[in-house]
Amino acid sequence: MKIAVCVKAVPEQARRIDPGTKRLDRSGEPTLNPFDANAVEEALQLKGDDGGSEVVLVSLGPARTLEALRKALAMGADRVVLVSDDAAAGSDLVATSYALAKGLEREQPDLVLFGQQANDSDGAVLWAAVADRLRRPLISQVAELTLADGSVRGKRQTEFGYDVIQAPLPAVVAVSDAINEPRYPSLKGIMGAKKKPQETVVLSDLGVEAERVGEAGSRTEVYALNDPPPRGETVRIEDDGTGAEKVVEFLLERKAL
Amino acid sequence: MSTLVFVEHHDGELQKDSLGVLGKAVQLGDEVSVLVAGSDVEQLALQAGAFGAQHIYIADDPALEAPLPQPRVDVLAKLVQEEGFEAVLFAATVLTADVAAGLSARLDAGLNWDLVDLDQQDGKLVGKRPALDDTVYVDVGWTSEPRLALIRTGTFDPPTKEGTGQAQISKVDVSLEDFSTQATMIEQAHEESEGPSIEDAEVIVAGGRGLGGPENFALVEELAKALGGAVAATRAVVDAGWYPYAAQVGQTGKTVAPRLYVAVGISGAIQHKVGMQGSNVIVAINKDPNAPIFEYADLGVVGDLHEIVPKLTELVNAKNAAHFPRS
Repeated sequence: MKIAVCVKAVPEQARRIDPGTKRLDRSGEPTLNPFDANAVEEALQLKGDDGGSEVVLVSLGPARTLEALRKALAMGADRVVLVSDDAAAGSDLVATSYALAKGLEREQPDLVLFGQQANDSDGAVLWAAVADRLRRPLISQVAELTLADGSVRGKRQTEFGYDVIQAPLPAVVAVSDAINEPRYPSLKGIMGAKKKPQETVVLSDLGVEAERVGEAGSRTEVYALNDPPPRGETVRIEDDGTGAEKVVEFLLERKAL
Repeated sequence: MSTLVFVEHHDGELQKDSLGVLGKAVQLGDEVSVLVAGSDVEQLALQAGAFGAQHIYIADDPALEAPLPQPRVDVLAKLVQEEGFEAVLFAATVLTADVAAGLSARLDAGLNWDLVDLDQQDGKLVGKRPALDDTVYVDVGWTSEPRLALIRTGTFDPPTKEGTGQAQISKVDVSLEDFSTQATMIEQAHEESEGPSIEDAEVIVAGGRGLGGPENFALVEELAKALGGAVAATRAVVDAGWYPYAAQVGQTGKTVAPRLYVAVGISGAIQHKVGMQGSNVIVAINKDPNAPIFEYADLGVVGDLHEIVPKLTELVNAKNAAHFPRS
């Protein structure tokens, strides 16, 4: 079985929006989106000891994304396909889902996995757009995933409790961050990660027209950045052994005790 | 502007947040239509008229009974294309997030999510979206129609119901794509009635993944007992099976607004924040100084909860004993 895990590199530190471009500042060190580690872990568990199965990471981003994805290779993923093209910078959901779906179509996976959200844009919708473009069934927010007889079955939480949804393969599944505890890469895994196949493709390799991605292919825009509405003063203290006392003092002061 | 509001429903009731979005659309002075999709939902759909909908579209089909997103994308795509709506608005839920994103791909229509306000500026629809843990508010827009928007949970209160309304009613033809009906509901969620009620609690002590394991919920329970409050939990720990769903606060759980909310080992992601931001006083204890919860806790303590919480329980118990000495 071939499992594709859609992963994203996000800035590790100093998350800010560049006031000039009004895009997220991606100059910082890139790291694997922590929510994607759950999807990688789930893929590795589904693969298990099956030597005939393969876990492929598929990502869209600048060339340095590869550095961040090395962690997922060290965890045990088999290879990377990075769709990287300057024309794709600034892609919104419409453009990103289009390019990513094209990358996935090239791989023809049995199962496409996504993490719960991107921790930079807080987006938690990409899988549904990709599933529609691939014309495949979708199960999202999955906290328990089982695979049997060519079908996936997912238990997921909604506003009303837990649903159980089943879909035949090939399918698209987005997992919740509660589904597993991602493994730490072993030393051997880390050493071996660099040597695993890491392929970079450009948009034309996938037959993606430049006007379908980037700003040209996007349908949303950002007008202005503003300060959040003011809220009451927040106080932050480091516990030096008197943290509990300080909480009690604070509660008495605010007449909350 | 002609706007379509997707109105979700559950257990024979129109969802409150959907009606809130409907009210906002009406307030913006739009020509507002709604779509109610489901099985045997005609009578329910008609209620939307009383909340200001001028046109009610009803997609009634057994294939729409389970709250699954892909068949709803099919229905919406057809309706939006035929009627040429300029905007399609959704109150964000687990279901509608998938519906809106699927529709975005199907129609190549821009989607802005997590909006906390909508406005018209120079005849253009502008959304307000908090970003980076709500530290920046971004004005966002669309470069083409239809404009799709997901509105954050609890943003707009539903309007007051007025009479029965005079909406025009249309039945929508339901024809679904093959792949849209492949996912099937094996077991559908029902309202969980078991477990403690946290919605009316004056004081809530909530535990998150920072507790490290289900056994450490005892720390939270003891503090809650000392404070005379109820125990709550985050989605992450409920999903992990550490605590019952009935006690969950956040986007897919309960919305609470107690006098005092103590967050223990909770990072405070937005999905949690929307369920408790109305609390009067918020205290957070977390070892990660970068946890988003410190952006909105009235008092944040950066430190080891295993040290701080038992000590805090002890101090509160001592205070209680001093106030109510045993005779």
